[in-house]
Amino acid sequence: MTTTTQPAGTSTRPSATVPRAAAPGRRAARALLYIVLVIGVVAMLYPLVWLLSASLKPADEIFGSAGLLPDTWNVANYENGWISADGSTFGRPLLNSILVSLGAVTGNILACSLAAFAFARLEFPFKRTAFALMMVTVMLPAQVTIIPQYILFNNLGWVDTYLPLVLPKFFAVDAFFIFLMVQFIRGIPRDLDDAAALDGCSPGGIYLKVILPLLRPALVTTAIFTFLWTYNDFFSQLIYISKAQLYTVPLALRQFIDGTGQSDYGPMFAMSVLSLLPTLVLFLIFQRLIVDGISTSGMKG
Amino acid sequence: MLSGLPSRTSTTEGTPKATSRRRPQGKWALLFLSPWIVGLLVFTAGPLIASLYLSFTDYDLLSSPQWIGSGNYTRMLTGDPVWRQSVVVTAVYVAVAVPLQLAFALLLATVLNRGIKGMTIWRALYYLPSLFGSSIAIAILWRQIFGAEGLLNNVLGMIGIESTTSWIGDPHWSLGTLILLRVWEFGSPMIIFLAGLRQIPAELYESASLDGAGAVRRFFSITLPMLTPIVFFNLILQVINAFQVFGSAFIIGGGHGGPGNSMLVYTLYLYQAAFNDFQMGYAAAMAWFLLVVIGAVTAVNFWLSRYWVHYSDE
Repeated sequence: MTTTTQPAGTSTRPSATVPRAAAPGRRAARALLYIVLVIGVVAMLYPLVWLLSASLKPADEIFGSAGLLPDTWNVANYENGWISADGSTFGRPLLNSILVSLGAVTGNILACSLAAFAFARLEFPFKRTAFALMMVTVMLPAQVTIIPQYILFNNLGWVDTYLPLVLPKFFAVDAFFIFLMVQFIRGIPRDLDDAAALDGCSPGGIYLKVILPLLRPALVTTAIFTFLWTYNDFFSQLIYISKAQLYTVPLALRQFIDGTGQSDYGPMFAMSVLSLLPTLVLFLIFQRLIVDGISTSGMKG
Repeated sequence: MLSGLPSRTSTTEGTPKATSRRRPQGKWALLFLSPWIVGLLVFTAGPLIASLYLSFTDYDLLSSPQWIGSGNYTRMLTGDPVWRQSVVVTAVYVAVAVPLQLAFALLLATVLNRGIKGMTIWRALYYLPSLFGSSIAIAILWRQIFGAEGLLNNVLGMIGIESTTSWIGDPHWSLGTLILLRVWEFGSPMIIFLAGLRQIPAELYESASLDGAGAVRRFFSITLPMLTPIVFFNLILQVINAFQVFGSAFIIGGGHGGPGNSMLVYTLYLYQAAFNDFQMGYAAAMAWFLLVVIGAVTAVNFWLSRYWVHYSDE
């Protein structure tokens, strides 16, 4: 718990202005602040760490123990959870989920960037009305469209396929990302468009050669959040997918709960931990973009 | 036909190259917008209207919809105690969870903004629950933690409080566990608050310090008023989100609404009506009621915001 009076780089506004005389009390307050932060983090993360440790415990240790260190470490839970009763592995739902999520990512990047380019750079009739409509759909709760959508996909015979989960993304239904990209494109200097136009570029060429390359940060943000949301989406996967071969991670995990005794908790926790790994890896790689994505979209809309 | 709207960049209107470029864009715009237009019609606007129509019918997916007028709404508002229960559960959930979540988010953001060493690491650690919170894995974990032999009772046992309560099995506590899960995920609003705190000009604090204002005083007379637009934004966003809670309630409540329907949140009941009982018309009426309530609550929030949200540039 070493405290410091040095400014910690980027964001030490208020502390820098405090008069010297207050230093000793200030140091105590600082120390207290760090202690509170540590206690807070321990309390917040305890369930997660406990989940990890429970996944490595034999069944009889999971219940009746709040400790983090198993008496005997074993990976049996992972072996038992990985292979299910019908001989398939947990790799299948993991792969299915990643496949569906990547499909959704592709759709959102393509369709939303196209629409965003039109809203940010082209002039056309009823532009304001169309933009307002788009913003309204951002706020629309999914429940109000899900039933007719289900009826539609059911009539098309697409229930128990991934089409209902992926196809709508190719039609820019996640309008939130259109808005995100419009905001980003507005920050790209128009001079670049003008220069390209003078060189004979059509709007299509400007989109491909000027905007799309510069839009990359917004595209990556869109990709990350689409992946996270699709990967964790439970409602639509629950209603559209009922075949075991097509199960995604949330559905496969739910299978574990149905009719399990205490002995199955270990494998269930082990697979729960596995299911969180893609999200964690994504966060570790793209932490800055994720944080920026939350704060900027937060600030603007 | 091609440029029905006045061009926003009116200064470049006069130059010939600008107008010649802007002119043929109608067709290009249509091309670029066509996926979105199709999506809007087929997946959003169409279903929105279709669900309004269905809400006035009796429809079980097998036979064609039967028009029953306002029957679904009458049944919902006057004859369905389970629906009323789901409304109460959801109202309590939103009204308790969102303010608590935002309070924690604001508290942590304020602390992390005080020049803490390793701020990005602290921020990441406090954000982790938000990252994982909506996953089924965490809902499963929650079931164990608050079960009769779960982690919470073990921790209580360690500090000398013997408890065999199943917090999830007890209707007095079960909704509380759901609320706790939402509060635990305060990371996203915290990050938004942190970004907002950075925008507050340092001079404000400097002059307040010179005037002898303490930390608490500075928080209430500078930080909080300056941050009200962000508080408002987070409030709108989290209220809309909280109204639509589903996955955690589904898993923790064991696929139904938990003991005595104490965890029967609105969307869970809607799901049951539509996909367990195949009462598509009734479920559509519920969905439209939800839309109207979310719209009304958001509108009231906007109206109330005039009295407490402070915009510095006005």
